[in-house]
Amino acid sequence: MSKSPTQTIMRSGLGRARGLGSAKTGAAHWFAERATGLALVPLTLWFIYSVLSLLGAPRAAVVAWGGHTVNATLLLALVLIMFHHMSMGLQVVMEDYIHSEKRRLVSVLLMKAVVGLFGLAATLAIIKLALVG
Amino acid sequence: MTDVREALFIARTTDGRTVRRPLSPHLQIYKPQMTMALSIMHRITGVALAVGALILASWLVAAASSDAAFDTVSMLLHSWIGKLALLGWTAALWFHFSTGIRHLFWDVGHGFELPQVQASARFVLIATAVLTLVTWFAGLLAL
Repeated sequence: MSKSPTQTIMRSGLGRARGLGSAKTGAAHWFAERATGLALVPLTLWFIYSVLSLLGAPRAAVVAWGGHTVNATLLLALVLIMFHHMSMGLQVVMEDYIHSEKRRLVSVLLMKAVVGLFGLAATLAIIKLALVG
Repeated sequence: MTDVREALFIARTTDGRTVRRPLSPHLQIYKPQMTMALSIMHRITGVALAVGALILASWLVAAASSDAAFDTVSMLLHSWIGKLALLGWTAALWFHFSTGIRHLFWDVGHGFELPQVQASARFVLIATAVLTLVTWFAGLLAL
């Protein structure tokens, strides 16, 4: 019987398993995706209703709508939660499909920058609509 | 070895031989199924909606800026290509919305049995179609 190459590993099974697998922070990311998704259910329904009521309206009507505190509050909640949700979602998609570590890091950081800037711009626009009109 | 993760495939059998761990079957092995189509579509619609969210941010910024900026964005959204994109985003939104709720049910431990999974998949497709049609009918009536 031919002998296969044998290798003696001088570590216990637990020692080998330690440090592999989860990066230890995945649960918070996973939970935040679900929590933001859940919050987006009623906010989306409200937003679709609002958009339908504003269809074809002139800018003045949109400004008046955004000037109501309740609308501005819900809009802010929608934009902040939505941009957080999508930043996390896009990150997972990139981490799953971009295998080169360098390209993955650059892509995720670039995506966070774009999503962050658009989210900030939208937030400022809502505050401006609410305060200035 | 092309990838450092290959190192994790090295294992030993009970008699001490080193072996490469078997790789679980991947996508091309399986018969295409509705459940896997819905899963990848959840991601694709999510990415599409992210693009839509950037347009939404632009619309808000335009509304807060000037009549000229608002008219430009309105014109783009009312063009045929803008309308087509909005129709696509409406469908993508209701799909992602429905599959998202389906995921939330799974996350709290409901609906894992195969017949339930297939029923919820069909329900998601029907809900997407109905909600998209209702939204656009309501929109056309409002205009």
